[in-house]
Amino acid sequence: MSTMLTYLAAIVVGCPILTLVILGLSGLLHRPLPEAWVDRLTKFHVTVGLLATLGILGIMILTDHPMEVMDLGNFVEIGQKHFHFHLEFIFDRLSVPMVLMTFVLVGVIGSFANIYLQGDAGYYRFFVCFSMFLVGLLFAFLAGTIETLFLGWELVGLSSALLIAYFHERKAPVENGLRVWGIYRVADAAFLMAALMMHHMTDQGEFLRMLSQQPWPQGQTHMDAWTSLTVGILLLVAASGKSGLIPFSGWLPRAMEGLTPSSAVFYGALSIHLGAYLLLRLGPVFSESVLLRVLMFGLGASTAIFAAMTSRVQTDVKSALAYSSVCQVGIIVMEIALGLWYLALVHIIGHAFLRSLQLLRAPTLLRDYRTLENAIGGRLANGQPMWVSGLEKNRQVQWYRFALERGYMDSMIDHLMLKPFCRLFKTFERIEDYWLKALDGRSSRPPQDS
Amino acid sequence: MAQGIGWTQQSTAPRQLTGIFVNTFPWYELVIWIPLLGFLWIRASRTQRAREVCLIFSAVTMILSILLYLGNVQPGSSWLGSWFGWNLIHIDQFSAPLIPLTALIYFLTLLATVGHKTQLFPFAGALLGESLTLATLWTDTHWWMILLVSLSVIPMWLELKARGESTRVYGIHQAIFIVCLVLGEFLSVRLNAPAMNMSVVLLTIAVLVRSGAFPFHLWRIDMFQKASFGSSILTVSPMLGAYICMRMVLPSEPDWALHAISFLSLATSVYAAGMALVQSDGRRFFCYLFLSHSSLVLVGLELATPIGLTAALCMWLSVGLALTSYGITLRCIEARVGRIDLNRYYGLYNHMPTMAAFFLLTGLASVGFPCTIGFIAGELLIESAMNYSPWIGWIVVLATALNGIAVLRVYFRIFTGTKHATTIPMRSQIEERIAIVGLSILILAGGLYPQPEVESSYKAAMHLLEEYHREIPQTHGSGLHSDGQEQAH
Repeated sequence: MSTMLTYLAAIVVGCPILTLVILGLSGLLHRPLPEAWVDRLTKFHVTVGLLATLGILGIMILTDHPMEVMDLGNFVEIGQKHFHFHLEFIFDRLSVPMVLMTFVLVGVIGSFANIYLQGDAGYYRFFVCFSMFLVGLLFAFLAGTIETLFLGWELVGLSSALLIAYFHERKAPVENGLRVWGIYRVADAAFLMAALMMHHMTDQGEFLRMLSQQPWPQGQTHMDAWTSLTVGILLLVAASGKSGLIPFSGWLPRAMEGLTPSSAVFYGALSIHLGAYLLLRLGPVFSESVLLRVLMFGLGASTAIFAAMTSRVQTDVKSALAYSSVCQVGIIVMEIALGLWYLALVHIIGHAFLRSLQLLRAPTLLRDYRTLENAIGGRLANGQPMWVSGLEKNRQVQWYRFALERGYMDSMIDHLMLKPFCRLFKTFERIEDYWLKALDGRSSRPPQDS
Repeated sequence: MAQGIGWTQQSTAPRQLTGIFVNTFPWYELVIWIPLLGFLWIRASRTQRAREVCLIFSAVTMILSILLYLGNVQPGSSWLGSWFGWNLIHIDQFSAPLIPLTALIYFLTLLATVGHKTQLFPFAGALLGESLTLATLWTDTHWWMILLVSLSVIPMWLELKARGESTRVYGIHQAIFIVCLVLGEFLSVRLNAPAMNMSVVLLTIAVLVRSGAFPFHLWRIDMFQKASFGSSILTVSPMLGAYICMRMVLPSEPDWALHAISFLSLATSVYAAGMALVQSDGRRFFCYLFLSHSSLVLVGLELATPIGLTAALCMWLSVGLALTSYGITLRCIEARVGRIDLNRYYGLYNHMPTMAAFFLLTGLASVGFPCTIGFIAGELLIESAMNYSPWIGWIVVLATALNGIAVLRVYFRIFTGTKHATTIPMRSQIEERIAIVGLSILILAGGLYPQPEVESSYKAAMHLLEEYHREIPQTHGSGLHSDGQEQAH
C-alpha cells in the first residue's frame, strides 16, 4: 500500500511539472503548441492529478494512515557542513484537502479559460502561467520542508504578477502586477527570514522534525519564547502579504485587473489562502505564545472589520468580491488564533469554492440580479446595517469615505515607504551625478549608441 | 564536478587526458596566446571581416579552455618558463572553472555583436582584454598579477579615447587601483607592523575600487554610459576585483579588514539594489544590478567560512552567466530601440516574445529564482550569512528582494505597457539567439541540477582554506575559518 501511495504522490507532483516543462520549453523555443493540444494537456494533467489525490485520500482513510511522506532526497547537499536542500512532500490531513480543492478549482478555471480565451493572442502565455501557478501551489501546499515551501511561494508570486499583467498593452494592469510583485517580495523576504531563523534555532529544515515528528495538527516546537515571538511576527508579516491582510489589503482589488478566470481562482480563491495555510501549517509556533495568538487574532479581526466595511461600498463587483474574500480570510485567521484549526480548514475550502463561483458569475451579475428580481417579483433588499443608521450623518460620510478609499492603505504605503525610498535614492543619484561631473571636468555629453 | 568532470588537482580520474603530448604541451599558455594572436591580426579594424576573425579566435580559445577543464589537464611545460624561467601558471580548483566561464562570456558577447554594432565595437581590444583576463586568472604570482590587471585597464581606456569621451573618471579610479595595488604589495613584504597595516589598507582599497564597492563605484557608471555596452559587460563580468581579493588580500587579511570589506560590500549590495530600482537609464540600471550582485559575491568571500566561500563561488558562476546573458539581451534590445529610457513603456513583447522570455529568465536567474542557477547560490549565501550573523542574512535578503522588484519593473517597462508601432522587423538574429539560448540552457541546467556546481565550489573553497592555513598559519590574524562549524558571531 505504501508503494501505491508513493506512486500516486509522484503522479500528483509530477504531472503538473511535466506540463509546465512541455509548455515552457516549447514557448521558449518559439514553437508553441496548438490551442487544442494545450487544452487537452491541461485537462489531462488536472484530471490525472485529481484522481491520484483522491486515490491517496481513499487509501489514507481505508488504512487509517494519517500521513504519507514523499522523500525525494537532497536536491543539493554538502554533507560535512550539514547543508542540504531537502525536497520532501507531505500528504496529510491538511495538505490533501487543499490539493483536492486546488485541482478541482484549477480544472474548472482551465476549462472556463479555454473557452474564454480561445483565439486570444495571449492564450499560450496564460496557460504557461497557469501551469506555473499550479506547480507553485502544489509545492506550497505539499511542502515538507521550508525550502520546498519557499520554492512554491516564489512560483506562485511570479505567475500571479504575470497573470495580473495579462492585458499587458495597457499600463494599469502592468503597474498593478508590479505592485503585487513588490508586496509578494516583501512577504517572501519576511518568510525567508522566519524560515532561516527556525532553521538556525532548531537545526532542522523539515516541518516534521521541527514539529517533533507529529502529524498535523499535533506537534510542538522547541524554540524559546523570544525566538518564537520573532519568528511568529515575521510569519504574520509574510501571511499578511500573501493573504491581503492589513496593511497589504490593497493588492487584491488590484489583482482583479487580470483576466476573470485568473482573478477568480488564483487570487480570490487560492493564493489568498496561502498565508492562512502557512499559519495553519506552522500553527505550533503560535500556540506556544499567548502574545502571538493575541496579535494574530487582532490582525484577523481588524482585517475582517475593515474589509467588511470596504466591500460594502465598492463600486465594481470584482473589488467588492475581493474585499469580501479579505474579510473571510480575516475571520479564518481569527479561527486559527483561537486554535480552531479544523474549522479554519473547512472555512478555507468552503470559501474558495463559493468565491470562485461568485467571481466567475461576476460578468453576468446584472443579468443574475434581473433574473432574481423577476423571480421574486420585486427589488432585492439593499438596506444598511443597524449600527450605520445609528451614526450621525457626518460620521456616516467619514466612514463612507474611509471605506471607499479602502482605508487609505495604499496611499499610506506610498507616503510612508515608497515615496521616501524613491526620494532618498533619487537624491543619491543626484549626488553621484554631481560627483561624476566634478570628476569628469566637463559637462556630460548626450549618450552615444550601443 | 561530479565524478571527474571538472578540474581536480593531481587527479587520477579516468577522464584525465593522457599521453605525453597532452601533458607536456603548454596548452594553458596557448589559451592565452590565441586571443593575443587574434588581437595582433585584426588590430584596429572594425569591419565585418574583423568580427569573423575575432569570433574564430575567441571560439577556439573557449573550446580549448572547456576541453582543458573537462579533461582535468594539468599545467605542462611553459614557453615562458622554458624561455625566461618564469613559472607563472598556477591552476587550482578555484581558478579552473573561472577560465572556461570567462572564455564563454567573451565568445558569446562577441557572437551577439551583430548589425551596426560591429562598426562601433572594438574587436581587437576585446581579444586583448580576453588574453589579459585569462592570464590574470591563471596566475597567483602577485607581481605578475599586478602587471596583468594593470595592463587590462588599457583596452577600455583606449576605447573611451577612440570614442572621444573623457577618460578622467575611469583614469583616476584605475590609477588609484594600480597605485594602491603596487604600494600594498611592496609594503606587504616588510616585516614591521605599521608597514603591514598600511599594506592591508592599500590592498583593501585596491580591491574595493576594482570591485566598484561604494563609494568607489562611479567609474563603472561612467564607463557604462560612455563606452560600448559590450565592452563594459566584458570589463565587469570576469570580476577581477574579487579574484584579486581572493589571491592577494584574503590570505593575509586581519579581521578588521575583513569586516571593513564585508561592511562596504553589504552596503554596496543594498545601495546598488535601491539605485537599480529608481533608475531611468537602462545601462545604469544594469550597472547597479551587476554591482549589487558582485558585492554579494564579495560578502560571501569575506564571510570566510567554508559555506560562505562555497556560496561566493557558486554566486560567482551564477552572476557571470545570468547577468552576462541579461546584459546581452538588454544590449540586443538597445540595438533596436536606442538607449533605453526606463521612465516610459516600450511594449516590445509582441515584436520579440522569445527575447522577452529570455530577458525575464536571465533577470530572474540573477536574483536567485527557483530552478535557475542563481537559486542555490542565493540560498547558500543567505544560509551562511545567517550563520555568521542574522543581521548580515537579513541585509542580503533585503538586497535580493529589491533586485527582484527591479528586474520585473524593467521587464514591464521594456516589453509591456503599450503597443509598439514599427515597420522595422525587430526579431532577434540567429547569432543573438545562439548566444542567449546557449547561456539560458546553462542557467536552467545549473538550476535543475546544481549538485556538481556546489560540490566543485565546495572543494575549491576547502582547498583555498587549506592552502591558506598551510602557507600562512595565522601569522596575520587572518579571519579565515576552515573548521567544521560555521563561526557564529
